[in-house]
Amino acid sequence: MNTVINVSGLRKSYGSTAAVNGVDLEIKKGEIFALLGPNGAGKTTTVEILEGFRDRDSGDVRVLDFDPATKGHAGQLWRDRLGIVLQSTLDAGDLTVYESVSHFAHYYGSPKDAREVIELVGLTEKSDALGRTLSGGQRRRLDVALGIIGNPELIFLDEPTTGFDPEARRAFWALIKKLRDEGATIILTTHYLDEAEALADRVAVINKGQIIEIATPDQLGGRANSLATITWREGDVLRSERSAHPTDFVKKLSEKFTGEIPELSVKRASLEDIYLEMIGGTHE
Amino acid sequence: MSKRSTKRPTAISIGLQRGKLEIRQFMRQRESVVFTMLFPLILLAIFGSVFSDSIAEGVTFSQYFVAGMIASGLVNTGFQQLAIMIPMERDFGTLKRLRGTPMPASSYFIGKAILVTLSMLIQVALLLAAGVAFFGVNLPTTAEKWLLLAALLVLGSACSTVLGIAFSNVPKSGRGASAVVSPVVIVLQFFSGVFFVFTDLPQWMQQVAAVFPLKWMTQGARSVFLPDSFATREVAGNWETGKTFAIIAAWLVLGLLWAVRSFKWERD
Repeated sequence: MNTVINVSGLRKSYGSTAAVNGVDLEIKKGEIFALLGPNGAGKTTTVEILEGFRDRDSGDVRVLDFDPATKGHAGQLWRDRLGIVLQSTLDAGDLTVYESVSHFAHYYGSPKDAREVIELVGLTEKSDALGRTLSGGQRRRLDVALGIIGNPELIFLDEPTTGFDPEARRAFWALIKKLRDEGATIILTTHYLDEAEALADRVAVINKGQIIEIATPDQLGGRANSLATITWREGDVLRSERSAHPTDFVKKLSEKFTGEIPELSVKRASLEDIYLEMIGGTHE
Repeated sequence: MSKRSTKRPTAISIGLQRGKLEIRQFMRQRESVVFTMLFPLILLAIFGSVFSDSIAEGVTFSQYFVAGMIASGLVNTGFQQLAIMIPMERDFGTLKRLRGTPMPASSYFIGKAILVTLSMLIQVALLLAAGVAFFGVNLPTTAEKWLLLAALLVLGSACSTVLGIAFSNVPKSGRGASAVVSPVVIVLQFFSGVFFVFTDLPQWMQQVAAVFPLKWMTQGARSVFLPDSFATREVAGNWETGKTFAIIAAWLVLGLLWAVRSFKWERD
């Protein structure tokens, strides 16, 4: 089975508002797949339907060859193969890291070793610290440890690095890649474009309940062959021009000026530019 | 990836692990443990000292009051504890996290039942010890009465637990839970003859109380701790043991249905 998630024609409305309005997705085994979108775009609703937290109105959904809307006992065998890391939680403050992780291991049929998982998320030194004494980043690592203790084939990560300092984020990204290298498929929702760019094999942009595009981060929105923007100064005016052939353009420009072209810059669109253009937003 | 087994731990084995965890967490919340366990003793000390008269031949108020406080202990350790604790777990995201794991819902409730059982036993033991040591309370002398007490504790505690789980959906938030739950308990205690002799209460109060299980739990506890001669002073002129158990059992079933139908893992 090479397809881990298969979604077609997914719809979900709250009252008269369509939160998810015809989403199709196919996610392959071993991928890191990022779901990007502004608040209220339908990101959370989509993911919660995949996680079995929410019912759908219509459409077909298969996650690890199972319909997440299935009620009753069968869901437990399915959940045994999933790892879900929700947005920040505040629980288990009175338990040590080791107590929490080793307790969650009891829920699963073939869990990983608690000490190994704690080591993997870099909390070994905090093994005997109470949950409430952990910093924000350490708590997030504990959340991940609890999400992966069951040795999941598929991991959902919701905004995993919110509140991290840059160094902690890089360490976290390395951890996610390691999990993928061990064979897990990872679905990531994030607000950070650089995170999606650093981690994801493919990115889906969702807006107003629909997927606008699915592509690799460097291909998204035609980024690889997008126009470059050349800006320079002519007298009092700052001029700019978009061009598919910026090198030629700069050559011509340099003939016009003798010596340096004042305030010259050539810029390709960043993932953020592309993304903001796609969702119809603007830079702040 | 290594082949995974399709064998799952049973709901009961996970439930026992949950129970262990619940107790560990409970013991670490020192302030609340001390408060929950000592508050009834403080009440016993106050009421036992203020009302030192006998209310009938061979029955001190302390004896009457200990019976009421044991019944209250069932309500405090089950209903009150869970109806305050579960909304907080809902707010903290504990419940949503659990729902994302393969833990069966029944294991969560088994864990809560273990926590309630342990705290109830501690509560009852403390009340009896303090009553005997300081207020001349007499313990039951026949095996029959002890058996009756055991049956009352088991059924009453089960009833209180399921009603606590069911009522945990009523408070809008964890922070407000105590303000919603505590008055319900205190009013019921006044109406049910915990703080006063039940038959001295106004008739309408007695009738309201008779709808709810606490009145029957206190009456059941009196049938254990007071001499049988006192039975004639009860409303019906006898202990109504059968009716007592039937009404508590009815609330148990009602609470179970209510809990199963209304339990939410997430705040709306």
